[in-house]
Amino acid sequence: MTAVSMTVNGKRVSADAEDRTLLVYFLREQLRLTGTHIGCDTSQCGACVVHVNGRAVKSCSMFAVQAEGADVLTIEGLARDGKLHPVQEAFRDNHGLQCGFCTPGMIMTAIDMIRRKPKLDRPTIRHELEGNICRCTGYHNIVSAIEDAAKRMSGGQA
Amino acid sequence: MIPYAFKYERAASLSEAERMIAQSAEAKLLAGGQTLVAAMKLRLARPSKLVDISGLKELRYIRVGNGSVSIGAATPHNEVATSADVVRAIPALAALAGLIGDPAVRHMGTIGGSVANNDPAADYPAAVLGLGASIVTTRRSIAADDFFKGMFETALADGEIIKEIVLPIPERAGYRKFPNPASRYALVGVFVAKTKSGVRVAVTGAAPCVFRVAAMETALRRSFAPEAIAQIVVSDEGMNSDIHASAEYRAHLVGVMARRAVADALR
Repeated sequence: MTAVSMTVNGKRVSADAEDRTLLVYFLREQLRLTGTHIGCDTSQCGACVVHVNGRAVKSCSMFAVQAEGADVLTIEGLARDGKLHPVQEAFRDNHGLQCGFCTPGMIMTAIDMIRRKPKLDRPTIRHELEGNICRCTGYHNIVSAIEDAAKRMSGGQA
Repeated sequence: MIPYAFKYERAASLSEAERMIAQSAEAKLLAGGQTLVAAMKLRLARPSKLVDISGLKELRYIRVGNGSVSIGAATPHNEVATSADVVRAIPALAALAGLIGDPAVRHMGTIGGSVANNDPAADYPAAVLGLGASIVTTRRSIAADDFFKGMFETALADGEIIKEIVLPIPERAGYRKFPNPASRYALVGVFVAKTKSGVRVAVTGAAPCVFRVAAMETALRRSFAPEAIAQIVVSDEGMNSDIHASAEYRAHLVGVMARRAVADALR
């Protein structure tokens, strides 16, 4: 066991973990942040996407020790003072989910793509979502939600 | 999915990484980990120790000069895809990097890791072989033609670490892949490059290892146009055959992707 320390959602945390502990298990089981989901065994579904040092990564595809000293943001860290993040708001308004299992990963991926690509058209959004699998919606409303969120965040719409 | 237990060590420098990797025969380098960690989760890989080199700044850079682009081994795909220097010098390489995996994979996965792993369906080996690049290691410089040896096999010796990939800037180049819709790996990907000295055509995904197509290179040297290779039949002998595509289909795709890559290069 190694003591692993990092900043998660703005708070310094430290917990013991084996070297082989994946970041997603560290978040879910040591820190009890169960908003980050595990939807597959093959690193393909994207339900576990979090931000590490400002970049979207799959928390099932890195070890917790690799995030030593890093700044980690999970779905639990988005809402401020009871107010949803604009991307969360847009997913709700556009009905961008059905069962909701993939939603945390979708939202973390969406925030990352909006930050990297301020001008997002629908084909670009679909290409950017290649690493996030949704089995309910057919993606249509997810794409609409991200398009809407990108507009709101650029100030193009109240 | 829980991997077998191993010991994790983070290298503070390239020379420290060399020492750490030499200490154990079953040790492996960890760069982006986007292939290795997935294999470890499925217990298909069982390293005794991982030496993490992903944080080494000395391996993370993109430099353009002397007619080539040099990319540090620990440079993630997303940095290559979005580098203004790469987009200007070898746009086909930037486009290829932007097609690897998905955004989260591109934030972690590295060029050195991809080239060292030599997955039969990875994208980078096609560019490295297609451009006639050099793989610079801690011990020597290896020409791409001598580097890729077979399925997941390279010329790298035990403990030898890739430092950078040096890619000559072509007059024009194009890359097209037919991706597996689930994994985004290439069912077939073809990289075509036209340089002062000739034309190179490199194919990934179709066979156990990336390879060149001499007949297409000869035809394209005479006339660099999609029509020049329209009549060339690629044999399906030795090609991969699996639930995703038969050998015959892959051989057919080599022709289609090559023609599209040439058309892209002419754009």
